Amino acid sequence: MSDLFDHYAAEMAGAAAYDEMFTPEQRLRPAYEQIGQVLDGLSLGDVHARADSMARSFLDRGVTFDVAGEERPFPLDIVPRVIPAEEWAVIERGVVQRVRALECFLDDVHGDQRVVADGIVPRSLITSSAHFHRAVWGFRPAGGVRIHVAGIDVIRDQQGVFRVLEDNVRVPSGVSYVIENRRAMTKGLPEAFMSRSIRAVEAYPRHLYRALRATAPEAAEDPVVVVLTPGVFNSAYFEHALLAGLMGVELVEGRDLVVRGDRVYMRTTDGEQRVDVIYKRIDDEFLDPLHFRPDSVLGCSGLVNAARAGNVTIANAVGNGVADDKLTYSYVPDLIRYYLDEEPVLPNVDTYRLEEPEARAWVLEHLEELVVKPVDGSGGKGLVIGSTATAAELAELRAKVLADPRGWIAQPVLQLSTVPTFADGGFGPRHVDLRPFAVNSGDGVYVLPGGLTRVAMQKGSLIVNSSQGGGSKDTWVLGQPQTQDLDPGRVPPADVDGTVHTWPVSASWQDEGDTGQEQQQQQARAAGTGKGAPC
Amino acid sequence: MLSRIAESLFWIGRHVERADGVARILDVHLERITQLPAAEQEAEVRRIMAVMGVAPEHGDYGVDSLIHELAWNRDSPTSISGSLHAARENARRARETVSSAMWEALNSTHYGLGGHRRDVVGTFRVCHWAIERMATVRGQIQMTMSHDESWLFLGLGAALERADMTSRLLWTRSTTATEGMSWVSILHCAGAYEAFLRTRYGTFSDESATQFLLLDRLFPRSILHALTTAEEILVQMEPGLQRVGFKDDARRIVGEARTALEFHHAEDLMAVLPGHLNNVQAACARASEAVGAKYFSHAVEDSWFGGIL
Repeated sequence: MSDLFDHYAAEMAGAAAYDEMFTPEQRLRPAYEQIGQVLDGLSLGDVHARADSMARSFLDRGVTFDVAGEERPFPLDIVPRVIPAEEWAVIERGVVQRVRALECFLDDVHGDQRVVADGIVPRSLITSSAHFHRAVWGFRPAGGVRIHVAGIDVIRDQQGVFRVLEDNVRVPSGVSYVIENRRAMTKGLPEAFMSRSIRAVEAYPRHLYRALRATAPEAAEDPVVVVLTPGVFNSAYFEHALLAGLMGVELVEGRDLVVRGDRVYMRTTDGEQRVDVIYKRIDDEFLDPLHFRPDSVLGCSGLVNAARAGNVTIANAVGNGVADDKLTYSYVPDLIRYYLDEEPVLPNVDTYRLEEPEARAWVLEHLEELVVKPVDGSGGKGLVIGSTATAAELAELRAKVLADPRGWIAQPVLQLSTVPTFADGGFGPRHVDLRPFAVNSGDGVYVLPGGLTRVAMQKGSLIVNSSQGGGSKDTWVLGQPQTQDLDPGRVPPADVDGTVHTWPVSASWQDEGDTGQEQQQQQARAAGTGKGAPC
Repeated sequence: MLSRIAESLFWIGRHVERADGVARILDVHLERITQLPAAEQEAEVRRIMAVMGVAPEHGDYGVDSLIHELAWNRDSPTSISGSLHAARENARRARETVSSAMWEALNSTHYGLGGHRRDVVGTFRVCHWAIERMATVRGQIQMTMSHDESWLFLGLGAALERADMTSRLLWTRSTTATEGMSWVSILHCAGAYEAFLRTRYGTFSDESATQFLLLDRLFPRSILHALTTAEEILVQMEPGLQRVGFKDDARRIVGEARTALEFHHAEDLMAVLPGHLNNVQAACARASEAVGAKYFSHAVEDSWFGGIL
């Protein structure tokens, strides 16, 4: 390896984590050979220049996320995370399986609750969930799908095993960075793409749009799909705009919508237009002031009634938060066995349920060794890592857990796998996780090859969330030719007679000095083929 | 299309045009003012600020104040910086509708602004730079967006703003008779100098230059051309009413302003010029309101950023 990685071996040696690029003996793993060769040819200065240029292009293109009103580019690291085809196949199967099981579970929760009657989960799991909404109990959403889009967070543990860390089936975000990262990487590290086949990611919006249309209310002949955003100040606004743009649909805010007679309309320059499918990117609680927070100005009154009446599809369905609950997460392997009669493809991370007295007592004694998480938190909010917390923080945590055991789970501290990352002027190992995205159209689940790899930019940190200073990496799934993701009909046919079409030039061009000779040659060739002559 | 997005597009059109117009006017005037004796500078600054509808923050009518108000004051809808910021912010809200090439041109302009010095020399540079950037933005609009309804709203905003800008430009001359800007400078401001020479064979007079900027049917920045464009766009937006009457207020307002100019005797133009210019500016404001009432009529009160749009 080049001297770019001189310090890497030393830093890696001290860590217990699995490194995605190097074996413990400092050998390149096969999937990274191409990356290794390309980086070998670069100096530290080259890497700096490329990283700067990538950041600059993100800023110009507005690939940003919003922190306290300030738009920041989402840091993209120059070293991609590479996943070999056979490993990806496992993740893909595991994600699809999980989405199918959770879809069954959510349907059951909002209906007969067989899962409770059969003793798989306690009734209190459902009734005490902050995201169980009675307003949506007892009906099947139009289109029959509840999880249109899922982001299942996966990590790789010390042994190299992929495990599911959490399920996001409400409004999983980040897919826009998958698309933009790829675009930036083809310009930032073009050499690495040349000999390897890396599966393309640009098909995602097509799959999403198809799924949204497929799940429209039956009465809609030519369904009108919209994306509902909280607005320009939302941290994920860039993503909302990108997805709407790539699907070619309107990006609406709550105030663009109006519900009349249990039907949803948007206000256009041409009067009110019927809306059939709403891809909502706001939390349930803000969706409909009639049923949820009455002070919300982000949603639109009457949406839930319109959905109940079967006149509009809301994606993802209201009430999906029951499945996002981290206590529910601890039951997902059981749910997979119960609903699908299959063994889980991807294991969970070991999880302690703090409402169980024995587990609670043990956890409270071992707080320093564990990660404790609130069940309804996201973005790393409220999470406490025992080994780095102060005594005061642990005391506070203990009190919170005792006051509301249902509200917390505990997990062992996992050494997330590492990937070389350019930070502080050189390459160092940084921890990563992975969020694959799945799209469910009701007749099948599509998993975008790759997903968002988030990386903790701070040395040793396990917190990868963008809101807490994390960055991302392009995720490459190897193995299958890129053309697989293209429609065969879109590949242009080969030129039949194989002739070269030259550029038509005007006569006056020939007199202009140094290019004249070449132009004349082109003219001659053009005359020979009978094509491309001046018109 | 969504009313809210239509409104954003209309204002993008206006602000892009305004940034360009203000940059041209500031460039030419700044060059002249900095050559004047200090004692005369203040009067000129006062006059230009009045025409452009701005007032200094601290009652100071020096050159620095002029630069601040017309180039750098981001909170003012009249400055180059304020217009660029507003155009970019509106584009950010309509990002799925505008082309990404157009968005990127505006967005990188927004970031590029911070790299300029804010003294007189830097401001000269910014004027030229802004004119170039806006040409790029308009080029991207023309060549990367469908010429559909969204494009019409962009064009309508631009056309009304252009009529307004040219009338302000003429004002800077018409209120001071033989003093003030030379016609050469005024024509330069409008990017019209060469076009004028080719049309009039170099015969200068107040009348001929005024006529050109006010009434030339072929020059794009003339008031008549801008009003005609606005009117054509309004017709395209609502092609149904071809025979009797107008239901569309904006079309009536713009049409009245156009005919008042077009069928006036060009010979006695100079005598009534200020009145004409006033009419044009009032018509642009009223037409803008009428378009808003007709196409954007909802929830306007909480939709605008920073209160400057």
